Amino acid sequence: MLDVKRLTGGYGGTPVVRSVSFKVEAGTMLGILGPNGSGKSTLLKMLSGLLPADSGSVEIGGKPISGYSRKAFARQVAVLPQLQADAFSHTVYQTVSLGRYPHQAGLFAGWTDADERAVQKAMDQMGVTKYRDTEIEFMSGGERQRVFVAQALAQEAPVLLLDEPTNHLDIAHQQQLLDTIRRQATQNGLTVVSVFHDVNLASLYCDRLLLMNRGEVAALGTPDEVIDEQKMETVYAARVRAGMHPEIPKPQITLLPANEMGHEKVIIRKSDFSVSGEYVHLDSRMPLKTVSSAVYRAGAGWFRHFVNRKVGAAYITDDAEAEMRNWLHETGFPLTQTVAMMTAAMTEDAVIGEYGPPDAPIVICVTAGVGNAVDASLGASRDVYAGTINTWVIVNGHLSEEAMIQGMITATEAKAKAMQTEQVLDPLTGTVATGTSTDSLLISATQTGICYPYAGTVTELGKAIGSGVFECTAEAIRRYRRRKADLDGSGRWS
Amino acid sequence: MKKIKQHKTKRPVAAYIVSAAVLLLALWLGVSVGSVKIPLQVLLDPGADETAANILWKIRMPRVVLAGLVGGSLALAGAAFQGLLKNPLADPYTLGVSSGASVGAVATLFFGIGLFGTYTLPVFSMAGAMAVLLLVIGFSRAVDRSLKMETIILTGVIFGSFLGSVLSLMIALTGEELRQIIGWLLGSVSMRGWKYVWMILPFVLIGGFLLWLCRRELNAMLFGEERAHHLGVDVRKRKWMILGGGSILTGSAVAVSGTIGFVGLVVPHMTRLLWGSDHRHLLPLSFINGASLLVFCDLVARTIISPTELPVGVITSFIGAPVFAFIFYRQRRKGRNRHA
Repeated sequence: MLDVKRLTGGYGGTPVVRSVSFKVEAGTMLGILGPNGSGKSTLLKMLSGLLPADSGSVEIGGKPISGYSRKAFARQVAVLPQLQADAFSHTVYQTVSLGRYPHQAGLFAGWTDADERAVQKAMDQMGVTKYRDTEIEFMSGGERQRVFVAQALAQEAPVLLLDEPTNHLDIAHQQQLLDTIRRQATQNGLTVVSVFHDVNLASLYCDRLLLMNRGEVAALGTPDEVIDEQKMETVYAARVRAGMHPEIPKPQITLLPANEMGHEKVIIRKSDFSVSGEYVHLDSRMPLKTVSSAVYRAGAGWFRHFVNRKVGAAYITDDAEAEMRNWLHETGFPLTQTVAMMTAAMTEDAVIGEYGPPDAPIVICVTAGVGNAVDASLGASRDVYAGTINTWVIVNGHLSEEAMIQGMITATEAKAKAMQTEQVLDPLTGTVATGTSTDSLLISATQTGICYPYAGTVTELGKAIGSGVFECTAEAIRRYRRRKADLDGSGRWS
Repeated sequence: MKKIKQHKTKRPVAAYIVSAAVLLLALWLGVSVGSVKIPLQVLLDPGADETAANILWKIRMPRVVLAGLVGGSLALAGAAFQGLLKNPLADPYTLGVSSGASVGAVATLFFGIGLFGTYTLPVFSMAGAMAVLLLVIGFSRAVDRSLKMETIILTGVIFGSFLGSVLSLMIALTGEELRQIIGWLLGSVSMRGWKYVWMILPFVLIGGFLLWLCRRELNAMLFGEERAHHLGVDVRKRKWMILGGGSILTGSAVAVSGTIGFVGLVVPHMTRLLWGSDHRHLLPLSFINGASLLVFCDLVARTIISPTELPVGVITSFIGAPVFAFIFYRQRRKGRNRHA
């Protein structure tokens, strides 16, 4: 629909845009990104015919834009500007009606039914029909911007150009506006080209992105091709991290502040753990990057309080997470900073050890109850009883995502080995168990100090995790067995 | 659908009826009130009272029609300038355009130019208006690209005072007919006769038609030139048409009546307040109401301290300056609230 070839141009002889080429298919959305002064607004001005090109061409519908009269061009291309203030007041209806200007030809051109229908439809689509007779002067920024979108839609042009359409809008209005425009592209085949300031919004809504740098194309492609840490850092000269959106397959970037706030260097030690009959608690004094299969706040996150709570053997609830949240709240843990799991084992029997480099150790904490031991390889069906091995691996160092995952593998292997060494049997199958049915694993890192890119079993970190988890788990199983034997002797353990 | 149609047509129709009625009333009072009261039937039957008919047709009627044309032209030009510049304080007087037209007109008299016969005076007056308008806009743009309201008005004041001194100089050098020229400069439509009506009528029609052609474009330009461009307006061409039309109207008005201030400011403002800023209606309504206002003002000017006549410009400034102050205050307040 839109074909730009080697477009060069700017103001007063100095080209601001240099040799830019791209195509946009009908029904798709192209986002133009780039730092301030990279020429993205100038490029848009050239596309909209406001600024003549020095060389190169812009074709719309197979015809160069210089071949269109002003009105004919406006029937092909509608433009939505940034939010603007106005000295005079028009009503919403009058404003949207102006979108029909290019369709009204001749001296005495009247207002046709087609005009009225287009205006009505555009107002309906943008949800501004109810403000029909309100003067736009008295509307909020978000509402006013919707009126201008309606004006552009009333133009019924197959191409829509937008210049940072969401500037000055709050996030709800940003979402509404872009959702509507996206729908116009997908459902009505509108071709959309938009300048974006916000890389993440562009990634979410656009099919393709054009990254501009100093007037030239730095990258052109799908969002995952363009939004790349290195490209972003070079073009924007900003420190960023790129990652995927949690719900949809679109990349998103996050800024890395120069001074990580309050990042005093903290070393987590065995002595930071407090153990009581009710729970094991670690206060790390600063948030740790954490991945876990905990009951409360499982998954990835940054947490400061780590809780392993003892529940009775007969503990039963429909919603363990909600019950845990209430308990944490009542006990006084800050909910947003706490990750918590539960065990039926005696928390006093927790085994805590330091491994690896003594000045920045890997701290491991294991509680074990193996009454529920399972050989995972056999998949026998069974009832679930409380009886859990909870393993925490706290690393004083910086872990890559790979290292986090490898650390979990290593810890799991070490746990299985400990089960084997201690000859914990699956009561159902009689074979050596690999764990229990409700085991939890947590791996945390301070993300300061030593960098650990990997945590496989041949790395220093992997060795420390492997031997540490093995030792602690084996010791925890032995303590569990001693405790069980004592209680069996006194007849208090069922 | 029915309701929509109703809404679209109801308000403008009422506006036209009210405005036309006011104009008719103004015209009637304008021709009938005075040292000699003229009854209505003279209009229909000139034979009834020959003296009265003479006064009516030879003195009062041309005066009232001329006042109407001048008032309408100034108001129409004001409405167009305000729309084009997105500036509610713009009018031929505050922009210095009237002064430019005066210089053009006085220069014609001063140098005894007779290039275009009867039309020499209005043509030079228009040329003066156009030249000053371009200078004012060009200078303002050089000062501040965004063409802020205050910049344009201040530039208008600067050019206005400069041209005022040029006028004074020319008058001082003329020596004779001083009183008459000063009276003309203060703005008056008295003792002009039909000749002047015919002299400016074609220009009023041409200027008015040019602006009327741009009524939709003016609506689009309220959102700025860039937005108008995107809506399909040929901005450059339309700007010349609007500036040209406005200058023709101002020049022709000034040529016959001198500088009459604030009509172009007050009338469009009131019209907009009452019936909205859609130029398809704002332009014709401004013309009608401008005509009524100046006919009324002229009536007041010649009767208030009768038998002495005041220049009508005195009356319009008397009303206009406070309205100017009021609009300025309101706009500034609004601007401040918006940015707060």
